[in-house]
Amino acid sequence: MLIYTLKRLVVALLVALTISLISFGLLFLSGDPATTIAGESADEAAIMAIRAQYGFDRPLYEQYFAWVLRAMQGDFGTSFYFNMPVTELIFERLPVTLGLGLAAITFAIILSIPLGVLAARYPNSLIDRLALTISVMGQAMPSFWFALLLIMVFSFMYPLLPPSGSETWVHFIMPTIVLGYYATPAIMRLTRTGMMEVLGADYIRTARAKGLRPRVVLFKHALRNAIIPVVSLAAVQLGFMLGGSIVVETIFALHGTGYLAWESIRRYDLPTVQAILLIFSLIYIVLTFLADLLNAWLDPRIRVA
Amino acid sequence: MAALLEVENLRVDIPLGAGDLHAVRGISFHVDRGETLCIVGESGCGKSLTSLSLMGLLPPKAVRQADKLFFDGIDLTQASQGKMSDIRGNRMAMIFQEPMTSLNPAYTIGNQLEEALLRHQKVSGKEARERAIHLLEKVGITGAASRLGQYPHQLSGGLRQRVMIAMALMCGPELILADEPTTALDVTIQAQILHLMIELQKEFGMGMILITHDLGIVARVADRVAVMYAGQIVESGTVNEVFDNPMHPYTQGLLRCIPVPGKTRRGEPLGSIPGIVPSLIGKIEGCAFANRCRYTFQDCLTTDVPLAETSPGRGYRCLLSDQQCLENAKEVA
Repeated sequence: MLIYTLKRLVVALLVALTISLISFGLLFLSGDPATTIAGESADEAAIMAIRAQYGFDRPLYEQYFAWVLRAMQGDFGTSFYFNMPVTELIFERLPVTLGLGLAAITFAIILSIPLGVLAARYPNSLIDRLALTISVMGQAMPSFWFALLLIMVFSFMYPLLPPSGSETWVHFIMPTIVLGYYATPAIMRLTRTGMMEVLGADYIRTARAKGLRPRVVLFKHALRNAIIPVVSLAAVQLGFMLGGSIVVETIFALHGTGYLAWESIRRYDLPTVQAILLIFSLIYIVLTFLADLLNAWLDPRIRVA
Repeated sequence: MAALLEVENLRVDIPLGAGDLHAVRGISFHVDRGETLCIVGESGCGKSLTSLSLMGLLPPKAVRQADKLFFDGIDLTQASQGKMSDIRGNRMAMIFQEPMTSLNPAYTIGNQLEEALLRHQKVSGKEARERAIHLLEKVGITGAASRLGQYPHQLSGGLRQRVMIAMALMCGPELILADEPTTALDVTIQAQILHLMIELQKEFGMGMILITHDLGIVARVADRVAVMYAGQIVESGTVNEVFDNPMHPYTQGLLRCIPVPGKTRRGEPLGSIPGIVPSLIGKIEGCAFANRCRYTFQDCLTTDVPLAETSPGRGYRCLLSDQQCLENAKEVA
């Protein structure tokens, strides 16, 4: 287990290194940053001054190491647009996005795993059809449309929930449902497929031959084996929801990092974009790492050599 | 004393688009305590479905019917799901053909052994653990206590089958159903496992149904034999009766297929039964073996052949006269 953990850790660090190179490279792929900062009307001297000020005139590798070193200390520079430290800017907004992402993945898991299990246990039954309907709808419905639909019904027709803002947990109910529902189909389908396969396995027949109760056969013997790929998928989905909740954050006016990323891209605010890219990639890497560990715990074939 | 297991006219049907597949076509047999009944037959003759149907473990689509299905006086045809699961693994246990895949990869050997006992009997975790260690030693696994913490993927096929046997014995069952328990193992291990099963069976006085297609195994371990073909028992009797005087042409054919050291000459072709088994979908007209039998005559194709009992427990399903069958049997022996 220790060796496995160390191996995964090394891989995670290598991925992190690669990501940092890419996010650094972005700054230069999108044109000359000095010209962007200086503005369209600036003359050559002003641009040169900015180059010197931000260190753009130094060799690339020097700039990269300087950036990484500062990033490791939590300093991502100053936002071109807000004129405040990027770190502060992000950490002000991160709780909103993290909270939303965690709530949404919890919602998705609570909805999709029991439904997936029941659908596999009773194929072609009413519950299977219900699960299928829910997942097809989830796949077909764009988030923005579903969000507007919820706002229309629950904020205007029946004013139960606030349509926008992020002040209290009540504000998060609709965004959580929209974002969580988005992740539901994939998790449910994978759970169902996995369970169907596992329920046909010889060791399930053995478990039944021992006279174990149906509940024990289903949850102890089948689900644990079927859930292994679902863990990896859920981790990826969570990472995706953290980075990709821009639409949902925009509609519900939740000022999270997704919204910030979108704003910053529009404003060519490169230090902010770089920092968000790097931080979310790191969160992604951590999630994948945790999923790997969870899988190793679930599956002794990974854990015990 | 009544038999431990009494089966009369057991049928298993699987509904298919093209009509019902009659996998088991009305078989009757019984097993006494301390006795081994071998059910022999080639792949697809319904022997595995027979054992699964006794356990109530048929696939959901399959339908089981029987005139009589008594286990120690309990009518299994009337038993509820809950009642069946109380018997399964407790008084009636099964050993499967596939040791490599029959253990759950996610749990330790110990966990999987103990849960059978904890499910059926009021014992503490410690007692269950002790029983598991005791049985692992019984089935010849060294370092039993340390094995409990191991996972199936750390064990070889032979060890896993030993674990499966120990698992079947956890609750001290009265009847063991072993469905080709040695087929997936290599030959040296096969012999060990068989020896072990017979020893344990004698020691615990269990009834055993051993399903196999290996006549060598039958000769060594069976008390009585039932030969199955196309979902029916075509011949039954004690092991000596069947091996000394195989009356049914199918049994004779099977025995001809076994090479005998010293008798079968080098380079001589091995015996075989030409043709293939008839489709089990719908009714079979006449004798099911007629299309492969070397003695077939006109009546075989049209007349349903009953199982003629010559003495209690000894019978076969053939239209030839006893005299004729006996002469054919001599030819094999």
